[in-house]
Amino acid sequence: MIIDTKIDITALRAKFPILHTEVNGKPLVYLDNGASSQKPQSVIDAISRYYEAENSNIHRGVHTLSANATMAYEEVRKKVQRFINARYDHEVIFTSGTTGGINLVASSFGEKFIGKDDEILITAMEHHSNIVPWQMLCERKGAKLQVIPISDEGEIDLKDVERLLTAKTKLVSVVHISNSLGTVNPVSEIIRMAHANGTPVLIDGAQAAHHTPVDVQALDCDFYAFSAHKMYGPTGVGILYGKEEYLNAMPPYQGGGDMIKTVSFAKTEYNELPFKFEAGTPHIAGGIGLGAAIDFINSIGFEAISAHEKEVMQYAISTLGTISGLRQIGTAKKRAGVVSFLLDGIHPYDAGVILDKMGIAVRTGHHCTQPIMDRFGIPGTVRASFAVYTTKQEVDKLAEGLERVVRMFK
Amino acid sequence: MENTIADREAEVVEEFGMFTDWMDKYEYIISLGKELPLIEESKKTDDLLIKGCQSRVWLHAKMENGKVVFTADSDAIITKGVISLLIRVLSGQSPESIINTELTFVERIGLKEHLSPTRSNGLVSMIKQMKLYALAFKAQHNGQ
Repeated sequence: MIIDTKIDITALRAKFPILHTEVNGKPLVYLDNGASSQKPQSVIDAISRYYEAENSNIHRGVHTLSANATMAYEEVRKKVQRFINARYDHEVIFTSGTTGGINLVASSFGEKFIGKDDEILITAMEHHSNIVPWQMLCERKGAKLQVIPISDEGEIDLKDVERLLTAKTKLVSVVHISNSLGTVNPVSEIIRMAHANGTPVLIDGAQAAHHTPVDVQALDCDFYAFSAHKMYGPTGVGILYGKEEYLNAMPPYQGGGDMIKTVSFAKTEYNELPFKFEAGTPHIAGGIGLGAAIDFINSIGFEAISAHEKEVMQYAISTLGTISGLRQIGTAKKRAGVVSFLLDGIHPYDAGVILDKMGIAVRTGHHCTQPIMDRFGIPGTVRASFAVYTTKQEVDKLAEGLERVVRMFK
Repeated sequence: MENTIADREAEVVEEFGMFTDWMDKYEYIISLGKELPLIEESKKTDDLLIKGCQSRVWLHAKMENGKVVFTADSDAIITKGVISLLIRVLSGQSPESIINTELTFVERIGLKEHLSPTRSNGLVSMIKQMKLYALAFKAQHNGQ
């Protein structure tokens, strides 16, 4: 069978209404996909349709609407299960996003499995969401946060992983793809090494789930967290995958409705997986939107997505390389989705303001990864981040914009 | 230069009225940013620092003949350009008038976005800090 990996980019872009709008009087060039991707009409329609025709609370009512909404929501859980190839659908927990998922693990797994003098191992390229929850946990428990250093290229050395994995290491939590450097981490190797040490691993997949197929069984990760809004779905909803054995052993995260079996003032019996971790009415419309986003991704297929994104990424790396005074921050051998850079003598904020005036949306600043900026001794970077609908022409427009920025600040 | 804050605001607004396109306007702001007298690197101490998420601002204030004199700096040029306008309007004014003023010129010259809290460039905090300095000088003066 011949798989067509060529994307009809015009037809694809036509599915995203916002890509045809103007910003500051200029056609939008949206290169801030690392912060949040845009939504195709099918996702927007799925959310509208839910509110127009299906809205009601789930897991509760006997009436038809409630039953339909419950079915639709639970269908999405199964869809996510297939999307990440989880063994069971009850290993798929709906959260508010990647941050929500990591906090769930920090709170619940941390409560049960982390004690005084234990260690949690992260890398120096983590997003604040994969640093601060562990710091808070360490403070509560008297545990210690250990950090795998990164090289000037923005890569970790597996020898450091080996060195830092000790009998005290009770959890490893690493980012799959770095949001500020674009580094694709060797997560399979890290997981293998951690497991050889008897240590479970959480993968922060916020920047990965839409760029690369995720197979949690092949990876053998113990937790995997990601957000819908970075993969063409709505904000406010995400997924935490967890291995059944851990999820069963962990205490509930938040208390409330839906997570209980029976409640009396003497004792409450908790619900089974996955509901044990889903207290309160969830973001039902968000879940439905996530389902539509997965359908959208599946309709293109990861083979085509990866091929297109690789091409755009390579083009961006070489095109930006021709701009004098531009220094790329993060030059790992394996990179995806993100090019971070600085223009000689020009503050990222200044570059971002001028690009915005030209209708070009990039992210500037520390990208919630201050330790990385400290590591490189810089105030922040300009970051262009790509999605399946990004074109080479948009990269050209960015390059033209940057040339203009350089001229203006000289 | 005995003109009031309102006079100076009007002056800036008139100046910016000449620009018809954003490019000219920003080139002017950039030139203002480059001209702004710098705070010496050694004097950029943490007590003068106003932390923005995106750019950093250092603000210094002193009293001279009953007027507040501000000097400021930033690591971003556009932020510095806007700072230079704020200083032009507020520096050399009495504490009283600084405390009581409601600045409108930034909005009138179409740079309101730079004073949005979401920009996190330190400018919003800087204006607040300018007023706090004025308040402190006034209290000091009253206490004497």
